[in-house]
Amino acid sequence: MTAAALVERDFAVPDIRCAGCIAKLEQGLVRDRRIAAARVNFTERRVHLSCTPDTGMPDLIGAFSSLGFEAHPIGTGPDEADAEAETSRELLRAVAVSGFAMMNIMLLSVSVWSGAAGATRDLFHWLSAAIALPTVAYAGRPFFRSAWRALRHRRTNMDVPISIGVLLVSVMSLYETATHGAHAYFDGAVMLLFFLLCGRWLDSVMRDRARGGVTALLRNMGTGAMVFQHDRATQWVDATALEPDMVMLVAAGERLAADGVVTSGSSSVDLSLLTGESAPQAVRPGDVVHAGTLNLDAPLKVRVTAAGADTAIADIARLMGEAAQGKSRYVRIADRAARLYAPAVHCLALLAFAGWMVAGAGWHHSLLIAAAVLIITCPCALGLAVPAAQIVAAGALMRKGVLIKDGSALERLSEVDLALVDKTGTLTLGRPEALDLGQLDVGVKSLILALAQSSRHPLSEALTRGLQAFDVRPAELASIRETPGFGVEARWAGHVVTLGRPVGTGLGDALATQFAVDGRPVATIRFADQLRPDAHGAVDALREAGIAAMILSGDRAEAVAPVARELGLTAQTGMSPQDKLAAIARQTAVGHKVLMLGDGLNDGPALAAGHASMAPGSASDAGKNAADCIFLGDRLMPVVETVRMARRTQAVVRQNFMLAIVYNVVAVPLAFAGLVTPLIAAIAMSGSSLLVVGNALRLRGAIR
Amino acid sequence: MNGLILLIPIALGLGLLGLAAFFWSLRQGQFEDLDGAALRILVEDEEERIA
Repeated sequence: MTAAALVERDFAVPDIRCAGCIAKLEQGLVRDRRIAAARVNFTERRVHLSCTPDTGMPDLIGAFSSLGFEAHPIGTGPDEADAEAETSRELLRAVAVSGFAMMNIMLLSVSVWSGAAGATRDLFHWLSAAIALPTVAYAGRPFFRSAWRALRHRRTNMDVPISIGVLLVSVMSLYETATHGAHAYFDGAVMLLFFLLCGRWLDSVMRDRARGGVTALLRNMGTGAMVFQHDRATQWVDATALEPDMVMLVAAGERLAADGVVTSGSSSVDLSLLTGESAPQAVRPGDVVHAGTLNLDAPLKVRVTAAGADTAIADIARLMGEAAQGKSRYVRIADRAARLYAPAVHCLALLAFAGWMVAGAGWHHSLLIAAAVLIITCPCALGLAVPAAQIVAAGALMRKGVLIKDGSALERLSEVDLALVDKTGTLTLGRPEALDLGQLDVGVKSLILALAQSSRHPLSEALTRGLQAFDVRPAELASIRETPGFGVEARWAGHVVTLGRPVGTGLGDALATQFAVDGRPVATIRFADQLRPDAHGAVDALREAGIAAMILSGDRAEAVAPVARELGLTAQTGMSPQDKLAAIARQTAVGHKVLMLGDGLNDGPALAAGHASMAPGSASDAGKNAADCIFLGDRLMPVVETVRMARRTQAVVRQNFMLAIVYNVVAVPLAFAGLVTPLIAAIAMSGSSLLVVGNALRLRGAIR
Repeated sequence: MNGLILLIPIALGLGLLGLAAFFWSLRQGQFEDLDGAALRILVEDEEERIA
């Protein structure tokens, strides 16, 4: 086997939790002859495989499941993600280079400040120049690029004064060195770059970390399907390669990869991610089914009518793209500050230069003072003020199971004053829960548990989950058999026990299952989608935080009313994705900043349009992609905690800005007076940066 | 002054060495999975490994 013949594949495996899992996966997977190498990335909960090209996707997923892990294939990552990871690596390299240079120059500068003179001072200045100039050229590139882009569009941003400051100071210092001057500011220029790069890097680390978490969560919905070939054999076909008129075999519990028409089999499909409708819909041959819905009961044969960009999902995706345009208009707080700050800095420096020229100080001295003004006002602390606070907050929230996509999301979250909430899957758990299990006898419970455990049907899984809470042991059963579309059957002490579709109970289309012994019904268990355990508390806490809530649901009024009544919320029902968008636009028009909470595909456009948005970890991929942050687990409280944290973060950012302004008020007059030596510049810069970072660290303990 | 001629190159050289080591480890992907690295010490190697 040659290395060139291998193909590389990535899988998200959310259940990697410990060193044991790493060992089990890495050593277990390679026992399969077709898998040459497996490498676990624990941080991102991913596994990277090298396997022979003939290994099909189901075989690989099977290899994972035989080890007891659920794996989701990750497509070859979008180029955008790779580009971002590359940016963050480039920033890290720049931080390392400028850090190295800063320390070495500082070593030389300390000797100069402690009184080195004459030839020694010149030597040290030349050495500093030799280290600083290549560093400025290398590590300054991110700033120069961004400043140049801004200037070309006749705008200015924070990077313009930084770039001018660093370049001017470097050139002036070089001139000083060449003319045996006493003050060279190489240390200041490099230190400035180092601190600012730290801020940039923190910002990009935060985005990377959240993106890693989100990719691990994405299930890559309906990433492919088993398709019948001409010879009636089935083969796995990737979602992108599906074409109209192919016939897919969709197993129970599988999501549809394309829109189509049922050709044989009857089952029910769960539309909750697509429309928000909570009750499953029965489908028979001839019915239309949509990509992204979940087949619940029995295998279906579906003739593909539309795949890829033509599916109903794609329309929603288009709406989402349009809705997201509005959000990109949000200007981050640091940029808003820069709009005021950059012109002020330029004017000050110019003023200092002109003032000293008028006072007759000569162009050399005046330029030196202007450079000192630029470097002292350069927003060292400002560059760190925002990212330092935001990364600390994002880290604290991540430990609580909330993933924040980027810093601007935190800023926007702190401003929201109205929450529009989807019902199915957001206020509720979005999965059936068994009701009234406590009324069953222990014997019946253990039989039901044994039957339910042997099936992957969503209702069986709900039963297993529900019964495990009662501390019952599964009964010993023999010859367990699952009949798709009916249920599970087994032998127990000479009797036939069954768990399956209820017959003749007049329950209508409500979700229910019946347990029978020898065909005699013993117990009928009903299922319903339940409210999240702390939904009530979370809605009250939101109200206390000054955020009113309202339900926007795609579900029928009868299904929404009980939830709305219980939580004391007003509700709008039967809403299409467009209706939700319109509702957000209406609230925005009257001046509200809307926090959209939702999970489904149908919420995607609304999530993209909201001033800020959150989705639960169980949301559709589209929902997770569109939302600003994602909370994991069954509790709704993280939503409130995140908003509170966002507000605290914003408060700290504002304090940091105040600190930076106070620092400037003290330092600028000194620089104006020409009293800022390289030593003072270095102390002021590092002092203010430490202060800002220290203030940001207070956020670590802000969340309990 | 003679000491400086020797010491400054040594100081810079050591610093550069550290920088080079950092770049090398970055390129080797040693920073890709920081949480995993902490756990790998607990992973037992299999007795027989096919090279």
